[in-house]
Order: sequence, then C-alpha cells, then structure tokens
Amino acid sequence: MAWFSKTKQRKSSIDKDELWAVCDSCKAHVYREEWEKNLKVCPKCGYHERITCQQRLQLTIDEGTFEELDSDIEISDPLKFSDAKSSYADKAADTKAKTGLNEAVLTGFGTLNGISVVIAIMDFRFFGGSLGSGTGDKILLASDYALRHKQPYIVFSASGGARMQEGIISLMQMAKTCAGISRLNKAGVPYISVLTNPTFGGVSASYAMVGDINIAEPGALIGFAGRRVIEQTIKQKLPENFQTSEYLLEHGFIDAIVERKKIKSFLHSVLQYSMRK
Amino acid sequence: MSLDFEDQIVELENRIEELIKLNAAPDVQFDTEIAELKKKVQQLIKETYGNLSPWQVVHVARHQDRPHFEDYIEGMSSEFIELHGDRCYGDDRAMICGFATIDGQKVMLIGMSKGRTTNEKIANNFGMANPEGYRKALRLMRLAERYNIPIVCLIDTPAAYPGKEAEERGQAEAIARNLTEMASIETPIIVVITGEGGSGGALGIAVGDIVMMLSFAIYSVIPPEGCAAILWRDSEKAPDAAKALKITAKELLELGVIDEIINEPPGGAHRNKETTILAVKEAILRHLKTLEHVGRKKLVNKRFEKFVKLGKFDDRKYSSH
Ligand SMILES: [Zn+2]
Repeated sequence: MAWFSKTKQRKSSIDKDELWAVCDSCKAHVYREEWEKNLKVCPKCGYHERITCQQRLQLTIDEGTFEELDSDIEISDPLKFSDAKSSYADKAADTKAKTGLNEAVLTGFGTLNGISVVIAIMDFRFFGGSLGSGTGDKILLASDYALRHKQPYIVFSASGGARMQEGIISLMQMAKTCAGISRLNKAGVPYISVLTNPTFGGVSASYAMVGDINIAEPGALIGFAGRRVIEQTIKQKLPENFQTSEYLLEHGFIDAIVERKKIKSFLHSVLQYSMRK
Repeated sequence: MSLDFEDQIVELENRIEELIKLNAAPDVQFDTEIAELKKKVQQLIKETYGNLSPWQVVHVARHQDRPHFEDYIEGMSSEFIELHGDRCYGDDRAMICGFATIDGQKVMLIGMSKGRTTNEKIANNFGMANPEGYRKALRLMRLAERYNIPIVCLIDTPAAYPGKEAEERGQAEAIARNLTEMASIETPIIVVITGEGGSGGALGIAVGDIVMMLSFAIYSVIPPEGCAAILWRDSEKAPDAAKALKITAKELLELGVIDEIINEPPGGAHRNKETTILAVKEAILRHLKTLEHVGRKKLVNKRFEKFVKLGKFDDRKYSSH
C-alpha cells in the first residue's frame, strides 16, 4: 500500500514568516491574518492547506457540545518494529510529544447545527494520518457509538495509507473499520465520508470510499496508489489533475466537492434527508 | 528458476536424475549411489527449509513453479464452471471465479491467477487485479449467498494493480466495497493464501471466517522491497524489512491474523504440487464441514469479532448483535 510520498516535499513554508503566509500551490503571499480568517484556504487560487483535527472540529461541531471518545487509546506497537535508525516506539513518543495527540484520529460526539452526530477526524501530522491499530480501533469504536445511539457518523479522512510500522495489523484495520461501516449500513445509520488532502492507500481503500455520501475538499489528492508508483508501473506521465477531487468527481467516485467553509452547512443539509423516521 | 539457497539441493537433484537415466542401461548399476544421494538431498532440504529467513520465504512464496490457481481448480474439483464479468466494465483475467464441486461439495471458488507462460502472465496482468476483478468477485459472492453455497478464496497476488485506468475505475472503492460487503455475507467464507498475499490487493477477497496460509506463503501490508525503500531508504535492505514486517505464516499465526498453517511438502510446494493441493483441499473440506452447522447470523457476528480483535487496544466492549 503506497505511502504518499509527494506530501513530504510539499512541506508547508507557511511557518517561516510570521506576517506572510505563502501558498503552497500558487506561491502567492497572503497576510497571515487573512490566511487564517479564510480557514487556511488561499484567497488567490483556492488551495486548501491541511488543518489540524482541532481546527476541523471547531469548524464542524457546535461550540461547547463536543465530548471526546477513547482519548486514551494510543500506539501499541504490535510488531515491536524497528528500522535501521530508530524504533517505532521511540518515533511514536516523539510524535506524541510534538503533536499532543495519542493517535492519528480524534473521535467523539456533539451537535452539528443542533443535530446529534458522531465524528472522527484524522490528523495528518500524526504519522501522516496512517492507519495504525489505535486509529482503526477508535474509528470502529466511534462507529459503534453511532450504531448504538442511532446517530449519523461523519469521518474526515487525511491519510497516506497503511502504517508500515504496524505491518499486517495495520492492513487488518481496513477490514475492521469496514466491518463497522457494514453494521451502520445494515441498521440504516447514515455514514458520510469527507475526503481531504491527501487520502490514499489503506484509508481510501477502506472506510473513506464507502460513505453513503462521499464529499471532498477542492483540489484534494485522493487515490489508491501514489502517483510515483503508478508512473513507474505504467512508464507514462499522468495528467496534471490526476487523482484530484475534481478528477474523481468526473470519474464517478465523489458525490460533491465542497469548499471548506461550506462543509458544515452542506453536512447539515444532507443530514436532513437521511434522518426521516 | 532456482533459488540461490537451493543451488546445492538442485545440483544433487539433477545428479540423481542423471544417474536414474544411466541406470536404465543394462550393464550399469547405480542403485546404491542413488539411494545415498536421495538420503543426502532429503537431509539437505530438511536443514535448508527448516531455517529459511523471512526473505528466503518471500522467494519461495513467489516461486513460479508453485501450484497456480488453475492447478488447484484441476486438482481439487471434479467440476468447474467459470463465470465471467463484473456486469459493469469487463472480465478481469487476474481474478477467476466460478462454481466448483470439491469432493461432492458445491462452492463458489474464487482465485487470483498470475499465469505461468509469458502470454498468460500478460493476459492475467501478473496476478494484479483491476477494480472489475474485485467487483466480479463481489457479485459472485453475493450470488453464492443467495444460492446458499459457501465461498472459497485462494490468494496469490503481488498487489492490486497500480495503474492509471485502475485508479479511474476506482481501485480504492472496489476494494473498500468488498471489505464492507464481505463483513455481512451470510454464507461461510474460507480463505487460503497460497503464495503472495499482497496487501489490499489480497485483503479485497480475504475477509473470511477461516483464513489459512501455506507454510511458505507470505502476507504483508507492503512488499519488503517497498518498505525498505521508504523506511531504510534502501531497497537492498529488503531482507531486514521482511524480518521486521512479520510476514511468514508462523508469525501471522502467532499474531492471530491467520487461523491455521497448511504444511507444504518438504522443500516447498514447487517440489510437489500434488501433495500441496491435496493438503489444501483437505483443510478446506474440514472447515466447510464445521462452518456448515453455524447459524448464518452467528457466522457474520463471529466474522466481525474475528477482525475486530486484531490490533484491539484493550478489552473495552463493542456492542454485539
Ligand atoms: Zn494559492
């Protein structure tokens, strides 16, 4: 399952300057204040910069209504994995300290314009949003909460795919999370998937692609294999807009592309149709 | 193709064959030599195959003389009626499906096929399925459920195909859909990884009630070469990655990812196809017999529990259905 490599080169240059933000896509200089006010979306070209799970939560769930689930679940290192330089356990401790997160997903429940929902938000800062066993466990447990309370389940994905350091156990999280979605389908509990930049590999090939409704942010890169892997395999150049939200919409895999600032109201509108008793 | 760690074994095997040929002549007698060499080669096989490194197992798993899906069809079933197409786009030759009768037992047999000759390999896309392959498999699994016959999936694939059109036709969606739907199919599903279990490409038909592996098969989230290239920044470190990833049958049994190891004959499946196929057949029939008596709802619940417990953080409860 390809790790999404391109995102590494795209490392944000935004932190460098306090006054100006530089758009990763069009390189425009934008006043930081304006950049933040615009929810980290470039006012010039519409590029959606990645945001943290806390920022996403703030944009989606009504203030003061959120309660987190399973916040204590963290990396458990099922393979006792080490590569040439370091152990996964050490890297995990580092990442935890840097991000203040225990895993690559934040889960909980709250209201969205007054509607009770269960939500899972992935955070790319934590091992590239990869699907570890803790990630899978939290996503399944949240779907189980949604099932028990018959509340709509909304998942925001941002992930390079499987977490190699958890090997086959990471792969199994794909089956595990999908088993949870399968139960929601059967019980008629709505499940909405929001795909953000990037969503690849083990995450796109599991819960992220099987929403009752799949929506994506503009310009998000979404796919199964990474661009480089495909180019090496087929020995051809791929179109510029390959694997963008717009490309996926054109090919029939996304219901709607929605700008960041309109996602909450879009979700609210859609949920009106899903909760007919 | 021969494996480097097998050089000595192959040399002895060739020598035995030569002697057997010479023995056909009336005026020579090599019986003693042959018997001695046979003993020696068996000893050598036992030593070598008893101590394969994970990276060596990768090579055995990929050996082109291992039994292929076509061999299993032929060796296990008295009848096979191939069923083609996903009803949306096409018929994927990397994924072969059909009704099969195994020892009188009717099943839906699904398998991945790498192909053996160059032409077959190209036709079968080297065993790398496209979205239409996964969709064909799902269509026929649903049919099996409706007809109340069990499903048997044999897996041997390097990966789901990473191609331009595969992406355009929704490779991710096709696999994701299979994982979601297979969790609710109300008929027994038996999975055997016979060679390479390549990541999502394998898992796309591997959500089973019983998951088994041949003793020198592998099952991995990423090929060791790919993992080494990323985490070691050097694909030459594949042997280290193969070890770290825990991809052999024994390790996966310990991790609870698989339920049973089907032993290959001494020296691997490529030395003795018939024995291997019979062992696979025996294991499938044995589990079919047990699963036959499990109620359908209970079957689906047990399948859920089986996958949910993999990488479970602690014993906090899920709701049971
Ligand atoms: Zn811009």
